[in-house]
Amino acid sequence: MIIDLPSTTTSQVNSKLVQVREQGGANTLGRVLTLVIVTDDGERTEDAIDAANDASREHPCRVIVVARGAKKAAARLDAQIRVGGDAGASEVIVLRLYGALADEGASCVIPLLLPDAPVVAWWPSEAPARPAEDPIGRLATRRITDSAAEKNPIKALEVRQRNYTAGDTDLAWTRLTLWRAVLAAALDLPPYERVSSATVTGEGDSPSTDLLAAWLASRLRVPVRRVRSTTGQGICAVALERRSGLVELERPDGKVGTLVQPGQPARRVALQRREIRDCLAEELRRLDPDEIYENTLKALPKIERTRSAPKPKVKPAQPKPEESPKPSARRAKAVAAARPGPAEKAEHPGTAPKSPPAKAAKAKASGKAKSGRAKKDDQVDSAAGTPS
Amino acid sequence: MWTNPLRDERDKRLPRIAGPCGLVIFGVTGDLSRKKLMPAIYDLANRGLLPPGFSLVGFARRDWADQDFGQVVYEAVRKHARTPFREAVWDRLAEGFRFVAGSFDDDDSFDRLAKTVSDLDEARGTSGNHAFYLSIPPGAFPVVTKQLARCGLAEPTSQDEWRRVVIEKPFGHDLASAKQLNDIVNDVFPEESVFRIDHYLGKETVQNLLALRFANQLFEPIWNSHYVDHVQITMAEDIGLGGRAGYYDGIGAARDVIQNHLLQLLALTAMEEPVSFSPSALRTEKIKVLEATRATGPFAETTARGQYAGGWQGGQKVPGLLQEEGFAKDSTTETYAAITLEVNTRRWAGVPFYLRTGKRLGRRVTEIAVVFKRAPHLPFDQTSTEELGQNALVVRVQPDEGVTLRFGSKVPGSTMEVRDVSMDFSYGHSFTESSPEAYERLILDVLLGEPSLFPVNKEVELSWEILEPVLKYWQTAGKPEDYPAGTWGPPSADQMLARTGRHWRRP
Repeated sequence: MIIDLPSTTTSQVNSKLVQVREQGGANTLGRVLTLVIVTDDGERTEDAIDAANDASREHPCRVIVVARGAKKAAARLDAQIRVGGDAGASEVIVLRLYGALADEGASCVIPLLLPDAPVVAWWPSEAPARPAEDPIGRLATRRITDSAAEKNPIKALEVRQRNYTAGDTDLAWTRLTLWRAVLAAALDLPPYERVSSATVTGEGDSPSTDLLAAWLASRLRVPVRRVRSTTGQGICAVALERRSGLVELERPDGKVGTLVQPGQPARRVALQRREIRDCLAEELRRLDPDEIYENTLKALPKIERTRSAPKPKVKPAQPKPEESPKPSARRAKAVAAARPGPAEKAEHPGTAPKSPPAKAAKAKASGKAKSGRAKKDDQVDSAAGTPS
Repeated sequence: MWTNPLRDERDKRLPRIAGPCGLVIFGVTGDLSRKKLMPAIYDLANRGLLPPGFSLVGFARRDWADQDFGQVVYEAVRKHARTPFREAVWDRLAEGFRFVAGSFDDDDSFDRLAKTVSDLDEARGTSGNHAFYLSIPPGAFPVVTKQLARCGLAEPTSQDEWRRVVIEKPFGHDLASAKQLNDIVNDVFPEESVFRIDHYLGKETVQNLLALRFANQLFEPIWNSHYVDHVQITMAEDIGLGGRAGYYDGIGAARDVIQNHLLQLLALTAMEEPVSFSPSALRTEKIKVLEATRATGPFAETTARGQYAGGWQGGQKVPGLLQEEGFAKDSTTETYAAITLEVNTRRWAGVPFYLRTGKRLGRRVTEIAVVFKRAPHLPFDQTSTEELGQNALVVRVQPDEGVTLRFGSKVPGSTMEVRDVSMDFSYGHSFTESSPEAYERLILDVLLGEPSLFPVNKEVELSWEILEPVLKYWQTAGKPEDYPAGTWGPPSADQMLARTGRHWRRP
């Protein structure tokens, strides 16, 4: 059921909600949180509402959409209430704000918040620089942004890092969970060896790749390199260097990952890119500050950025024309054979070797020298969209 | 001691994925396997909780190739899985399907199974970690466990590996047979590798009982004989026993349900607070409370049993038990059983626990109702509280999971009149409809080696000790009473409570 309330006030919306509840039974009780979606009025508004409705099947919530309309118009509030089949397991209140009201969303949201329930704010596209100080962000215990949806994702991530406040979170971080889970599970098992260095490869403007690298840097406290791939989507590969060889997880096609460990057959794992609704449902599961995310943001400056690496024989991000059934079994053997000095063959240029022979040491030095400049280049490149 | 640097207890997003492993299902063609196990495995994979390289081996007396088996799993998953179907997830999972055709007494087929399993270690990297799910009648346990031991599947070959066995109820049909069964299984698998599935313990609501009791200040202070009048634990089913005669005739409702599910629910309801939520602490408390539990006599007055007769139920004409195919015309198997228990601890002295279960009852429902005493003094007129019952806290285990609190409230109007109302918490409203299914949780726990939700042999034996006196009495007490299908049991069940001025809740 969709009820339109053109040119209205929040108290009218509230009394309409009570009326709907009385007519239709107790369908608005038992909500666990209020989700406030802040967006510009447009096509993407509906996508965000759909994602929220899907997530509401796991977390029944009241969804308040603050859609900012034309600022030049006369100040006006148009509201729409959706319940039942049009709102998943939630109730959706869309507030379209025009004119001077467009910047005063918080005043329209406050009367509609559920009593005593947590408030989550979500900016599906452009987010304020300091979400915690935004009028709507201030109402929320948790503030969800999405760096990947902004115009310049890498820059957006830097802004997040500078302005982090407990309760902030970003969907670029949520998209990583599957990767992190597989990597953590790989280290749960013997051989229990220290990781000496790591390499993360991914698209130049993929904030998730940056976060994954930073997470490894903060947890492992070892040098982590961030290599740009020109072919794959999002995150393409991770390699962890240990004494017995490389632990590698790669996803060339954006769907299926392959986990390669020395002495073990290559294992394939479904690692599809996560949809917004899955990410949102995960975000709503935790309403406390995410310390791990905070530490990860802090570690962002620690990662070594390299421009696209010298072409290796087997490059993790290389697109494979046709996936053979056991793509990496041969490689696993090759890696195992090369165990004493994996760097010598320069099979994996991304990993900083522990005891470098002359050649590798040189490579490392030049990589370091570049990294300062590379950072700047990165931005220019990704803005211009030219692969180096 | 290795601590994984990538894990942090504050990192609550990271799920625990089982290490490399495989699952072998015996009796893979059965109903349980198709309706519950296979969909649960797919759902786990879809949630990203299964390890890369996970393998599923089916063993049954069918002339199938791996692909045929894959097709059967595919159909089961499409039909019964709870999470959306994803091609990529399915393809990865299906790569690990194997099928071994053979019968339990055939050495050759078990040798082939052993070969398949070691091939999987080689090709898929299951690393020698395997769980064996015995979805087969208990009569076949000795031969299967012996076969597993014979071909070296029961014992891990190195310290890093594990082998586990999963078994389903019935865990015996009396104390002696339960002990015998435990001996047979423990002969091959040490107790810490044995996982007894009681799927009720995998349900969210049952685990929530612990949260409700021990995470809140509100309930625990009144959770004792000062405030609680009695407790009713009900598991009712509306289906009959058509087609299950082979299993059910001679077993009956008490052995089928009370011995395992209801006594486990009682243990969780009545136990003291465990010192921690570690598996051993939890078991310690459950065992303590089961040790303190006795059936209250005289059984002629404190128990009831019945057998459903034909009639109309839910718009359909249904046959009585004796008319169901496969049951003896003079069968004394009970389809309804109710017993009275006492828990002899300081907390519960004098509080009766009523357990009941039955087939062809009013509707399908499982619930735990804690019924409180009346207020010691009511400052109202007699007439104004006439309709006020006892306060009750009801944990609805299934369906419509949630918690109901019943208390008195003033009826709107100019006179003071108090009547019972219900306050509902419903999982469907506050949380998810896609919360994991019981089997998902339990299978994952088996693969992770997390035994909290599985009863140990001691618990099984204690449950039989509690039930055995009643069963012995029933043996001498003739035929169970008839009750019409679709009602809430025989008259003796109502009398059993009416003697002490109580009555069954209508769930």
